[in-house]
Amino acid sequence: MEIPYAVHPRPDTGIYNAKVGIWLFLASEVMLFGALFSAYVLLRVGAPAGEWPHGWLNVTLGTVNTLVLATSAITTLMAWVACKTRQFGKFKFFHGCTLLLALTFLCVKAYEYHDKWIHYEIHLTDGRIADGHLRARDAGSITIEGRYVTDEKDLYDLRAQKDIQTGEIKIPRSQIKQMENYGPWHNTYLALYFTLTGLHALHILGGSIVIGYLWGPGRKLWKTDPEHFTNRVEVSGLFWHFVDLVWIFLFPVLYLT
Amino acid sequence: METIVHEFPPYRRHEPVHEPGAHGHHEDIGFGRKYVFSTDHKIIGIQYGFTALCFMLFGFFLMLMMRWQIAHPGSPIPVFGPILAKVLGQPAANGVMSPELYNSFGAMHGTIMVFLAIVPLAFAAFGNYVVPLMIGAPDMAFPRVNMASYQAYVLGGLVMLVSFFIPGGAAQAGWTSYSPLATSIPTEGQLFWIIGMVLLITSSLLGAVNFIATIIQLRAPGMTWMRLPFFVWAQFVTAFLLLLAFPPLEAAAVMQLMDNALHTSFFLPTGLAVGGQLAHISGGGSPLLWQHLFWFLGHPEVYVLILPGMGIVCEIIANNTRKPIWGYKSLVYSVLAIGFLSFIVWAHHMYLTGMGTKISAFFQATTMIISIPSVIILTCLFISLWGGSIRFNTPMLFALAFLPMFGIGGLTGLPLGFNASDVYLHDTYYVIAHFHYVVAPGTIFALFAGIYYWFPKMTGRKMNEFWGSVHFWGSLVFMNLVFMPMFAQGIKGMLRRMADGGANYSAARVPDAIGALPGTIMELHSWILWAAVALGIAQIPFILNLFWSINHGEKVGDNPWGSTTLEWQTPTPPPHGNFAEPPQIRRGPYEYSVPGHTTDFTPQNEPDQPGAPVLSPAH
Repeated sequence: MEIPYAVHPRPDTGIYNAKVGIWLFLASEVMLFGALFSAYVLLRVGAPAGEWPHGWLNVTLGTVNTLVLATSAITTLMAWVACKTRQFGKFKFFHGCTLLLALTFLCVKAYEYHDKWIHYEIHLTDGRIADGHLRARDAGSITIEGRYVTDEKDLYDLRAQKDIQTGEIKIPRSQIKQMENYGPWHNTYLALYFTLTGLHALHILGGSIVIGYLWGPGRKLWKTDPEHFTNRVEVSGLFWHFVDLVWIFLFPVLYLT
Repeated sequence: METIVHEFPPYRRHEPVHEPGAHGHHEDIGFGRKYVFSTDHKIIGIQYGFTALCFMLFGFFLMLMMRWQIAHPGSPIPVFGPILAKVLGQPAANGVMSPELYNSFGAMHGTIMVFLAIVPLAFAAFGNYVVPLMIGAPDMAFPRVNMASYQAYVLGGLVMLVSFFIPGGAAQAGWTSYSPLATSIPTEGQLFWIIGMVLLITSSLLGAVNFIATIIQLRAPGMTWMRLPFFVWAQFVTAFLLLLAFPPLEAAAVMQLMDNALHTSFFLPTGLAVGGQLAHISGGGSPLLWQHLFWFLGHPEVYVLILPGMGIVCEIIANNTRKPIWGYKSLVYSVLAIGFLSFIVWAHHMYLTGMGTKISAFFQATTMIISIPSVIILTCLFISLWGGSIRFNTPMLFALAFLPMFGIGGLTGLPLGFNASDVYLHDTYYVIAHFHYVVAPGTIFALFAGIYYWFPKMTGRKMNEFWGSVHFWGSLVFMNLVFMPMFAQGIKGMLRRMADGGANYSAARVPDAIGALPGTIMELHSWILWAAVALGIAQIPFILNLFWSINHGEKVGDNPWGSTTLEWQTPTPPPHGNFAEPPQIRRGPYEYSVPGHTTDFTPQNEPDQPGAPVLSPAH
């Protein structure tokens, strides 16, 4: 049995089934990320004055990733155009680029996550706070690349502080009162950062798997039903553009403000 | 004006349609493909229906155990007590329900009834079985997505069930899972609850996308929007509610998952103390945020529960009054209005959170406004009865009982919607009585009506009428005996969610306290308990009738109720692909008792008789 309008558009609505489906799915995705952004707004507005972090993320890397995704949006579109004009070689080239760009994005993201993971805030018994990236640890001491501050508030707004001097600090374990890395548990900002970008990265991963399937084993369909295949490329492309769009919101919200 | 006939299902030209009974090759695909991994919307509908009914029975059982504990706090549960003690161990030691077990049964009763019983039955089961038939489609738009939706639902249900048996037991923070309570209770049950919910939400989202796409894309030629049966409209709006309201809860579930598993503080405020100790958290979270996100789903969810029921009742009333439904367009516009408004009333569940009087005033206003379309729908259904020659068969009895029962549930909601009176009534048994009147004798009656009504299409046999009416009268009487006393208890100030049923606040315990619960109010507990037991017994005829009638019910033809809508114009049970020949729709859904027509119903796809008056011009 065949479902009507699975490939060809229905005359009165003008679209085929899967396209209706993906737009509806994207509507629900808008609500999902909408709720998360609302949570961001509510929690940020509710935070005590002066305690919201600024400048904790690397804007250069964020910009690079933004450009990577923007480029992948173009290659996705070109891949679809190639299908429409029945140039399968071009499709393979452009969607190969999309996959490489997606991989690049995820690698950069993983590097950023790792950077936060090894970043420690260490409260010392003498009341000072050591803050920096872990370089070495042994039985007796911890070595970080960072600095000392006297008040936790000095760690919040890094944009306001120019020329932060860092150096290698070796701390005996006996002096450590409490030590915590910059994971999602560290504070609300990082919780939001990891949750929002983590969920976004999962979307990137999901989109890559679909596009990878179409680029790899799924290409069999091209030989038998190129129009159906083109539809699949279009639908996966719509999803990809949405994921890119989410990043366009995430970047300023998390990196620039 | 001549309608352009689109090339409808192209497959029909290549593949001969099988006569009923001649589709023997379906037997070859094996039990697994046919019943477990089926992509046929009818099989999936029945799968959903059967699973959901099992969960409903289980949810009812949890409630019975709780009612015993409320009526006889601390005494062993008869019959089931020893079984619970054996299965669950310490929380049910000696057959006595501990407060922790009471809490987890309470939370799981709500969760199971809403997310695993009513929604899957009302939306997924009936929607799957009936909607494609009603619009003249061969199947859903995405059959494999449909299968995935059912599997995610089963998986979510299993996760919820398994959570009863882990150390600490199932979730205990109520079906609303308010933080920080949900994060503070020392059981992994909450983690299971969240993961189960994410699976159930996924299932609902897949279903919702599928339903909307099907209704938009697969309507048969001539099935214009204003010729859709009201049931399809109701399911259409319901699907939109699920599609747009569930994702915020999914986001909230992800954040609560982070709070539970990775110790973030999305919903945990600074300075939170658990068990007298300052919690080791970063703080800065907002408990109110959880409530906003939860009720952003929670309130549309109420309409997810009720709209399919209204749709079913509308079909059955039109069919059994043998006249067109009164105010079809008002019904359609009202259901659309409800769909829209249900997104802006959620915070009327939160008047006592201290969110501010201005916000309360706004949500009080929208709450009052949404009652208008609801009343329009109910009024249209009532007026439809006027002047009809009503057939009192079992589906009609349940449909008729739905009207006043839903009326009671709806009208008692008004004092809860006003924030002044809600301050007093909030979190009392009055609330429980109110929403149970909407969902239990309301929606569940509509669902029973639907089962009795569409059973002949699924099996070719009717369910027994006598036992049907026994089931109906038993359910009607005992439902009311269960829920009516709760209004009185709530007005006297009895709070919900108390494992001792309020004994600590009774006049017997604290005679001098102002507003202590009088003995008459406390005694109602025991009445409710036995009414609930009787309500359970009243379901036995239904269960037996359902299974017995599959093979032994009275044999009937394709259209036993003399109905106009398309699902009755198919072979019985409908074969794979549904229709014997492509349906061409020529008129609206409720052309009953058309003057000059030979029968008192004119099916939507019946060719016009030469010389007959045009039935529904130019829709």
